Amino acid sequence: MFDGMTAELLARIQFAFTVSFHIIFPAFSIGLASYLAVLNGLWLWTKKDVYLSLFNYWKKIFAVAFGMGVVSGIVMSYQFGTNWSVFSDKAGPVIGPLMAYEILSAFFLEAGFLGIMLFGRERVGPRLHMFATGMVAFGTLLSATWILSVNSWMQTPAGYSINTDGQFVPEDWWAIVFNPSFPYRLTHMVLAAYLTTAFVVGGVGALHLLRDKTNLAARKMFSMAMWMAVIVTPLQIVAGDLHGLNTLEHQPAKVMAMEGHYDSYPEGAPLILFGIPNSEEKRIDYAIEIPKLSSLILKHDLNAPLDGLDTIPDDEEPPVAIVFWSFRIMIAIGFAMLAIGFWSLFRRWKGQLYDANWLQRVMVLMAPSGFVAVLAGWVTTEVGRQPFTVYGVLRTSDSLAPIEAPAVAASLTAFIIVYFFVFGAGTYYIMRMMNKTPGAIDVKMGLNKGPIRAAGITPAQQLISGTTGR
Amino acid sequence: MEFDLPFIWAGIIAFAVLVYVVLDGFDLGIGILFPFLKDEGERDLAMNSVAPVWDGNETWLVMGGGGLLAVFPVVYATVLPALYAPLIAMLLALVFRGVAFEYRWRTERWKWVWNLAFFGGSLVAALMQGIALGALVQGIAIENRAYAGGWWDWLTPFSILTGIGVAAGYTLLGATWLILKIEGAFQERMRQAAFKLAIATLGLIGAVSLITPFLDPVYFDRWFSWPKIAITSVVPALVGLAAYQLFAGLRNKSDLTPFLASISLFVLGFIGIGISFYPNIVPPSLTIWEAAAPQSSLEFALVGTVILLPIILAYTAYAYYVFRGKVRPEHGYH
Repeated sequence: MFDGMTAELLARIQFAFTVSFHIIFPAFSIGLASYLAVLNGLWLWTKKDVYLSLFNYWKKIFAVAFGMGVVSGIVMSYQFGTNWSVFSDKAGPVIGPLMAYEILSAFFLEAGFLGIMLFGRERVGPRLHMFATGMVAFGTLLSATWILSVNSWMQTPAGYSINTDGQFVPEDWWAIVFNPSFPYRLTHMVLAAYLTTAFVVGGVGALHLLRDKTNLAARKMFSMAMWMAVIVTPLQIVAGDLHGLNTLEHQPAKVMAMEGHYDSYPEGAPLILFGIPNSEEKRIDYAIEIPKLSSLILKHDLNAPLDGLDTIPDDEEPPVAIVFWSFRIMIAIGFAMLAIGFWSLFRRWKGQLYDANWLQRVMVLMAPSGFVAVLAGWVTTEVGRQPFTVYGVLRTSDSLAPIEAPAVAASLTAFIIVYFFVFGAGTYYIMRMMNKTPGAIDVKMGLNKGPIRAAGITPAQQLISGTTGR
Repeated sequence: MEFDLPFIWAGIIAFAVLVYVVLDGFDLGIGILFPFLKDEGERDLAMNSVAPVWDGNETWLVMGGGGLLAVFPVVYATVLPALYAPLIAMLLALVFRGVAFEYRWRTERWKWVWNLAFFGGSLVAALMQGIALGALVQGIAIENRAYAGGWWDWLTPFSILTGIGVAAGYTLLGATWLILKIEGAFQERMRQAAFKLAIATLGLIGAVSLITPFLDPVYFDRWFSWPKIAITSVVPALVGLAAYQLFAGLRNKSDLTPFLASISLFVLGFIGIGISFYPNIVPPSLTIWEAAAPQSSLEFALVGTVILLPIILAYTAYAYYVFRGKVRPEHGYH
């Protein structure tokens, strides 16, 4: 299947494949953990059953998604060493401690309190259970903070020197952690996770509203999700714009690829809406463009000159077509989300939110849109960083482990087979759980009888039920 | 006062790996025992006895790997490529094992698939960890900060022996954990299983311990030359004591003693490896101090570790405390 490919290309495909699968789960579990904390808080505060049934409904989905995130994440933590050992040896002194902080402050926190959140409500009481739920949510956000600091440092390295072994030596940890692109990337990603979750929750709510307009749990989750769409989408577009301006300052070649600007424009650059990047001829074929708009967006001046990829040496140019397309996919989804947010606001204002069949049908279709946008966004920023792992300093081709192509081809094949099988099954189970009606008296997720009985059991009942020996 | 940061860090990483081995050891052991349990009811119980804690247990593995990247990057960058195939196999096995905890409850028709995934994932992960240990003991060729050996160097009769040894030991941990967490006839059968597993584990520990000194003259000198033998012989003596406690605990029908004694065997085995390795972090020639990251990395990471590690240990202990006692069929959230 991978005949004739170099070890470097195979290792890149393997990393792209495993990290793409991985990011899907955190993108969902970051948002869902916060949503669960809000639901549990509202349940304790208002004592309305709808919040508890929503908590229990999404908790089980969270557990499966979180489990998939954990196992796919462990692969990432070892793949740096197996496939990118030179990068690990050189960048380890900088990114390693940041990842160690992620593990110590976030992974242990999530894992330590996840069991109590999932299994422990009756054992620890409502207050400690709320605390545990909050800690899981806090842990997911801390995790995002550290790993985005790592990724941002690879995009905009700062605060280091290089020693005789070629290692990056940390000189200023403040500058490393708060490197130039970090605040923008963190904001953009956390909002993306929240939006992704909002559209999943909204889509599931819409699905059940289309079946039964009176379902209280479905109404509640749909309403909450649509508020998120209204509020967070505009914030995300602003955050994305600021992130883009930051990228223009620090990684101009990436923005040139995103914009499709092969040529420099001394008197105002056009915004290319669509076109086919032609890497041979270094131009965009069939371009549909709006004159000078790109200069207005990026420089806030219609006539501001903008450099193009003709100013970048060929061997430092990122793959234009991939970045060009993935960026457009992300932007298109972002504006679709914005439109849906305003649509929902209009129907809500009319008092028809729960009867808006077309809005609900569109929301069902848009339920996975956040995942596509997150993946497209990451492809844009990661492929746009090429041909470097540490931007401008360490080339991807100089980062590779001394591995042979057949070994990587074999492991890549194994990853593809296992991931599609395992995460395909997990996605199927999650969708089956989402298909169950929320708020039903006995929310059975799955088909087996045994352990589902657990919810609502009291210690007294446990004593009565006797021993386990058979 | 000047702290020897590389030495402190070697201790912290060793601690994280040891905690991983003991904690995920019994999780994986339960997985290996899975097909030998009587029915789905027993499997539900066995899985629920670790369901609230397995994720935290596995995090110590990430801590071991992440810690190496942070403070001994050259170890991370040489040992991982050297163990490419067994580590990839271990990671894929852990994927199957990990998702089985959730998937198994989500389907009736495919339950057997996830039972198999739980068993196979646990067994392969245990074998691969043991093989990785054996390959490391045998030594890893490093030149110019890169792995310089072949792709199959890790596969030797000795590494297969350590692989089986670790798998047997994990299964012993799993069986003794179940003795602690369950009751009745199921518990009684676990006692009988633990008895056989204890004999197998001790036999394999003995075989590995006898072969190791002959792999490298340095190891031989460490264990058998006078006066070192006066100190090192304490380790096998303590193994004997732990073995006695283990068998006595099984005979007296103690719930806790067999588990603690099994943990002691792992701790002692780990100390034995430490005695063989020191001052190397990767045998035969990379020392702790040669492998250490720049001082600023060691310092920065240590500040957080000193603050966070005790907190982690505290809430991990609390999580175990919350889920203390016998696990019963009606427990679990599913």
